Amino acid sequence: MAKLDFDKLNVSPEIKTYQVLDEEGKVVNPDLMPDLTDEQLVELYKQMLWSRILNDRSTKLNRQGRLGFFAPTSGEEASQMGSNFAMEKEDFLLPAYRDVPQLIQHGLPLEKAFLWSRGHVVGNEYPEDLNAMPPQIIIGAQYVQTAGVALGIKKNGKANVAYTYTGDGGTSQGDYYEGMNFAGAFKAPAVFIVQNNGYAISVPRKKQTAAKTLAQKAVAVGIPGVQVDGMDALAVYAVTKAARDWSAAGNGPVLIETLTYRYGPHTLSGDDPKRYRSKSEEDEWHKKDPVVRMRKFLESKKLWDGKQEAAWSDEVNKQIDAAMEKVEATPAQKISEFFENEYNDVPASVQAEADKFKAKEAK
Amino acid sequence: MTKTTMIKAITQALDQEMARDDKILVFGEDVGKNGGVFRATEGLQATHGEDRVFDTPLAESGIGGLACGLALQGFRPVPEIQFFGFVYETMDEIAGQISREQFRMGGTRKMPITIRSPFGGGVHTPELHSDSLEGLVAQCPGLRVVIPSDPYDAKGLLISSVRSDDPVVFLEHMKLYRSFKQDVPDEEYTVPLDKAAVKREGTDVSIIAYGAMVREALKAADQLAKDGINAEVVDLRTVAPLDEETILASAKKTGRVVLVQEAQRRAGINNQVAGLIAEKGILSLSAPIAQVAGPDTPYPFGEAEGAWIPNARDIVAQVKETVNF
Repeated sequence: MAKLDFDKLNVSPEIKTYQVLDEEGKVVNPDLMPDLTDEQLVELYKQMLWSRILNDRSTKLNRQGRLGFFAPTSGEEASQMGSNFAMEKEDFLLPAYRDVPQLIQHGLPLEKAFLWSRGHVVGNEYPEDLNAMPPQIIIGAQYVQTAGVALGIKKNGKANVAYTYTGDGGTSQGDYYEGMNFAGAFKAPAVFIVQNNGYAISVPRKKQTAAKTLAQKAVAVGIPGVQVDGMDALAVYAVTKAARDWSAAGNGPVLIETLTYRYGPHTLSGDDPKRYRSKSEEDEWHKKDPVVRMRKFLESKKLWDGKQEAAWSDEVNKQIDAAMEKVEATPAQKISEFFENEYNDVPASVQAEADKFKAKEAK
Repeated sequence: MTKTTMIKAITQALDQEMARDDKILVFGEDVGKNGGVFRATEGLQATHGEDRVFDTPLAESGIGGLACGLALQGFRPVPEIQFFGFVYETMDEIAGQISREQFRMGGTRKMPITIRSPFGGGVHTPELHSDSLEGLVAQCPGLRVVIPSDPYDAKGLLISSVRSDDPVVFLEHMKLYRSFKQDVPDEEYTVPLDKAAVKREGTDVSIIAYGAMVREALKAADQLAKDGINAEVVDLRTVAPLDEETILASAKKTGRVVLVQEAQRRAGINNQVAGLIAEKGILSLSAPIAQVAGPDTPYPFGEAEGAWIPNARDIVAQVKETVNF
């Protein structure tokens, strides 16, 4: 009997990392250059700058005690805004807790995002036409739910997709596999995005799995997996747009791994990245900055200048101020009101509890 | 009206509801061509098509996620968890996601999901198929947990559950599937959720039970009648949230209560009922609240089931002790 050579059997599929812009904002892969108008290119950049400013302001507002939970997004603008830019309003977003910028761009009013951060239910009261779930806290749950939404889209005969995000750590969850496997088995229109920012809080990517890439995890469930430079908005957009359209056309789900980095801590609730990563590593990633890269590209095409940068920054800051005003004028939550949304048909014992709190609040 | 088993009553409820509302989807492991391992979904795929009755890959969390996502797309999912002993695999979807979604989104989205699942002992299954885990899900705000004890209630309660805009965990005791028949109307009807039923009127003691233990309680009541003890039997039917009114009315009427469940003493629903009566009805009692429950061990090996599961004899003995207190 021929010997089995397990070294030779342990093969990783060839996974190419797609890139359009180099670190200086020069187009290095014209074949992949997306078909975007000048106006759209500027709009994509404006969303990235908006996200960077939102990150910085949210951090300050958190420090002032005016915002609650915040997971920094700085460094991930190409990955987040580039992928979201490829989606349609009728596509359904299932975000994780770091994906609030996509949620806002998909239609969640900014003040609601802030209210969610503070822990106010009004932040989760979604307009009927907002095709999204609130940010998922349980890592992986959004992946199995995405399979369900995608199957529903298919059964309703719509040419749309469900799209979802997790991080590198999320790919170790059972739900991650189950969600992709279900969507694959049902040939449901889903785009699964892994934003590999190198760390699951403090645990580095190499400790999560023996797999060489996270994109190759698609192979086991029989769907396409691609890897993209997550600091390059045009590459992320191009790959996501192609994936979205292929999936919406009825071909089944796709997995996208974006290679990115979070400049800040995991959340503002006490994490200190100095405990697990070096300054020199951070410096290397800052050289790849997605916002700078996209700005250089636009400047070279004479589509953007310092004056526009200042004007847009000013505008974004005003939007944030206006949203915070609405947030701070929102009435406090009442426990008695929580009971109204717990059930549609309120059981008698639950109603009795509600009445007790109503009486207490009236005092 | 036809004399029908509980399993047939359940299939009929699903079939008639699917014909009434095309948003209802039935899915799970082996529910399609095979009609479910207990045949609860027999014939549904042939009648309503593969698009609405379909097999899923073998993963319970995936099934829960599918239900949640499909509900968000306007469907009324009726997934099956093949055995409720496997609920741990989908505990996040039930307890962490589906049960709180409507609350979490301030009522702007609904989760009209009925999760059906067989549970309970006495049919010699392998390990981890027979556990009574209703107590785990009974502790989730936002959820209803419904457990029928006979074919008539099974059909009416399942129809009410499927029509409810709230999520329901609907637990079907395996021992009851084929053990007896009852007159069941051929047409559709509902049995109200959140309502316990007095299955036998009595004056001396209230035996409060659910699931397969209702049958044992009724048997015990027949025995006790021969000894001059007139027992009332209350079937909880919706075990969470509890029908406080019916429970307290019966406790006040008889002044003595014996709570019966198949689940272990520390698990199940008995302690919730005991707490309720202790809090709101204790002054009308003339004996301590008593319990008949499974022993506080993990569910036993198959050959020991007969000795482990509480039965009518245990109930008779406890009732006599309580009545003679």
